[in-house]
Amino acid sequence: MNKLQYKVLVGLEIHVQLCTKTKMFCGCALEFGAAANSRVCPICLGMPGVLPVMNGQAFEYAILAATALNCEIAEFTKWDRKSYYYPDLPKNYQISQYDLPFSSNGFIEIPVESERTKKIRITRVHLEEDAGKNLHSSGNFSQVDLNRAGTPLLEIVTEPDMNTAAEVRALAVELQRIVRYLGVSEADMQKGHMRFEPNVNLVISRDAKEYKTPIVEIKNLNSFRALERSIEYEIQRQLDEFLETGRVMEVGNKSTRGWDDVKEVTFLQREKEEAHDYRYFPDPDLVPVKVDSRWLAKINSGLCELPIKKQVRYVSQYKLSEYDAGVLTAERTTAEFFEQALSAGGEAKRLCNLLTQVGLKLANEKGCGVAELGITAESVAELAKMINEGTINASAGDTIMREMVKTSKGPQKLAEELNLIQKSDAGELEIIVEQVLAENPKAVDDVKSGDKKGKKALGFLLGQVMQKTKGQANPKVVSGILSRKLS
Amino acid sequence: MIFSRFLRYWMIVRVLEVQKELLEMDCKKLRDEISAGRVRSVSATEAVFRAIEKNEPVIGAYISTFKEQALACASDIDARIGAGEQAGKLAGVPVAIKDNMCTTFGATTCASRILENFQSPYNATVVEKLLAADAVIVGKTNMDEFAMGSSTENSGLKQTVNPWDKSRVPGGSSGGSAAAVAGRMCFGALGSDTGGSIRQPASFCGVVGLKPTYGRVSRFGLVAYGSSLDQIGTITRTTSDAALMMNVIAGHDPADSTSVGEDMAPVGDYLEKIDEPIEGLKVGVVPAFNAGADKGVQKAITEALEVYKKVGAEVIEVDMPHLDYAIAAYYVIATAEASSNLARYDGVHYGHRTKHAGDYVEVYTKSRAEAFGKEVKRRIMLGTYALSSGYYDAYYLKALKVRNLIRGDFSKAFEKCDCIMMPVSPTTAFKIGEKVDDPLKMYLSDIYTIAANLAGIPAISIPCGLDEHNLPIGLQILSPAFSEAKLLQIARMFESQTDWHKKRPPMIE
Repeated sequence: MNKLQYKVLVGLEIHVQLCTKTKMFCGCALEFGAAANSRVCPICLGMPGVLPVMNGQAFEYAILAATALNCEIAEFTKWDRKSYYYPDLPKNYQISQYDLPFSSNGFIEIPVESERTKKIRITRVHLEEDAGKNLHSSGNFSQVDLNRAGTPLLEIVTEPDMNTAAEVRALAVELQRIVRYLGVSEADMQKGHMRFEPNVNLVISRDAKEYKTPIVEIKNLNSFRALERSIEYEIQRQLDEFLETGRVMEVGNKSTRGWDDVKEVTFLQREKEEAHDYRYFPDPDLVPVKVDSRWLAKINSGLCELPIKKQVRYVSQYKLSEYDAGVLTAERTTAEFFEQALSAGGEAKRLCNLLTQVGLKLANEKGCGVAELGITAESVAELAKMINEGTINASAGDTIMREMVKTSKGPQKLAEELNLIQKSDAGELEIIVEQVLAENPKAVDDVKSGDKKGKKALGFLLGQVMQKTKGQANPKVVSGILSRKLS
Repeated sequence: MIFSRFLRYWMIVRVLEVQKELLEMDCKKLRDEISAGRVRSVSATEAVFRAIEKNEPVIGAYISTFKEQALACASDIDARIGAGEQAGKLAGVPVAIKDNMCTTFGATTCASRILENFQSPYNATVVEKLLAADAVIVGKTNMDEFAMGSSTENSGLKQTVNPWDKSRVPGGSSGGSAAAVAGRMCFGALGSDTGGSIRQPASFCGVVGLKPTYGRVSRFGLVAYGSSLDQIGTITRTTSDAALMMNVIAGHDPADSTSVGEDMAPVGDYLEKIDEPIEGLKVGVVPAFNAGADKGVQKAITEALEVYKKVGAEVIEVDMPHLDYAIAAYYVIATAEASSNLARYDGVHYGHRTKHAGDYVEVYTKSRAEAFGKEVKRRIMLGTYALSSGYYDAYYLKALKVRNLIRGDFSKAFEKCDCIMMPVSPTTAFKIGEKVDDPLKMYLSDIYTIAANLAGIPAISIPCGLDEHNLPIGLQILSPAFSEAKLLQIARMFESQTDWHKKRPPMIE
């Protein structure tokens, strides 16, 4: 039996919580983990007579994110009410954006394989308020916590341009990196700052005919792992289902599935797309927003080079490995620290090693960023220079970096204090080399014989010199003297 | 013995006379007297509560009154004035507010059983402004449930009657406010006007009702009915009282995004020029439109126009081709917004909750079914239908287009004239129960008032006559957006030439 040819199509709907100080339409603080219903006011409680007032900061953050996602920003945008009844929605309508979102037609570049990126089209990005949370504890009742009600949410909708679960994951990770770079969201998965709803289906080729499986929307995924695993599962499930039933996409047979994180399976939530009628209409309590070029320019002054661009540039310009470039660009502050050290005269590869092998490790231990370790980019650049110029060796460099964090002293001073400066004085080293040669005639012969043993013997002699100098001899200088004496 | 009895009798009569004199003062006069220390706010407040004791059992204007709080507030103001302090613009003046404005004291019911015991955690901006101006709030007035109605018969809590004839309605939805002002149970009141709810009851009760420009007065704390149409305004006995109250409540509110900023339209002092007549005033009329009103009403309007002509105004005809569609557009837009605004009354977070729910869906359906009145349900259903997918374009979108055309009619008309005059209502106050079973007939009684809400322009109702049943008739004057100062001047021109505003309901005589 021929192996079935098929193509996977995935589009994503992503909700990203913005990290404004206050909620979208009232002055309540955004705070995770506060006591239930302690961050609420008459406005987010939907009391009679209250009116929403737009949080300008949220709008600016949203524009910044959409611009980074290469979206067109609408000059005129408005707010709409989306009506549905649910206890976590106090007004029984959500303030959202319907037919005139503030931005649309963008794309995001995601890393796919080595040195290649793929463009995923973005249909639209709009802003809306979050609902509260229903708490189902014990007993035959539920409770509602409205602390989250009114939190500003960015809703990003992509085209079905992703063809593997890994690509979907890559997009999610890239998006997280972008919003963190821009400082518009903490994008903390544990706190539910990013939630995903993929739409998945397959285009199957059989007997020179194409069959599209019914679209499945997987609801409310809040980890990269769940996102990736649920899509992998869903691909196989749809394949199996097609083989068994031959069911194909029709109008109205889109279904909704949930994800069981423990069993790692999707399960059916709603069979047929319900005729949801949200009765959208423009919210008469809010005025439309007009975005002029001056405002846009002010907002976009917050833009920066996007992580993916940086990563690619680091590889091509500094010849760093894909992996290292990824590590350095994971956080904006790390990349900026790296770039500061570069402009202070450090060499890229050396800086990269110091930062990734020592700096980030220390930062992780302390639970902070590299920039918050208490060392300056200039001092790291100086340290890198010292290594490259042979003043100290690489392992001494690591030691000094650690000490810099501990003591806040400069690298030169530490090198001296710790006695880590390499001996490069040719005269002094020559005496030691002669001593070693005299003590090891066999090795000298081996080197001179020039055969296989020679290389090993040379290494041995170098080691002897290092031992005598307690590791402080500059190996380059020593090798120079050795090869001169033994040639 | 006989002498002392006589003395006591004489004193009581004298007190009552003084109180009656007090009650006939307008807000401005009373404010001046209280500020000067010649009259105590406590006396005025006591006089109001005496009138309430006497008239309220018949009229039924109030849902709640705050006698103790009002007297304490009044005596505090008296003490501050006694100590030489400068008091606010409404120093010591007893006023009432419609029960759809949120107050931290008393309940805020909207005359609905769904909010019967609802206690607001905050004050509406207008309430804060009244308090800051040292007004004494005596009570909250009855209304059609959620301001949906034209007779106050849709109140879920009580019936209010017209002080001029207790077998008739006071108009609505701000019927309680209008009846309280006409019945001397307060010196002025706030109402809200979505399709005529200030002007029509003011005209039915023979008082002055001003609906300001949309955005002139903050809606924050006004329980929403039709958000794009709702506007808080004043019900008073004179035009200068309307100006005085507007001086207190008008202005930008950062809590209301739809309130208009000072930079776009400065508020100014509405009293400053109120007595100055407008030179060369041009009054627009729409004769064909007016012809739909009762003969008595038409006659009073014609006579009112004659008064204006006598003081030099020119009356010209203007064309308003889309006015006929105003009612249809209004009942789509207002009900659509209402269906969404009233969704929050669901029994989950506050207000009436059913005792018979099996699951959360039943909490919604039963709570709402039990506590909303017929008219409210009718409008929620109309609005829900109008917004449903597949019908949105045919109803809501179309209505918005009509709204734009009506706005256009007005701006074209105002190129030719300073204001437009027409009746407030096709009839005078009708009998209680007369239209209650015929909603369409009831809706049609809003024909003259609705256009101002759709266009967002200010409009005022002033007393301009009495019909053959001795019932008040109102003259409506409409003017361009944010021209309230001029509108009040125009209204004052009529008031200064006539005595209609001085007529009192027979029960007060």
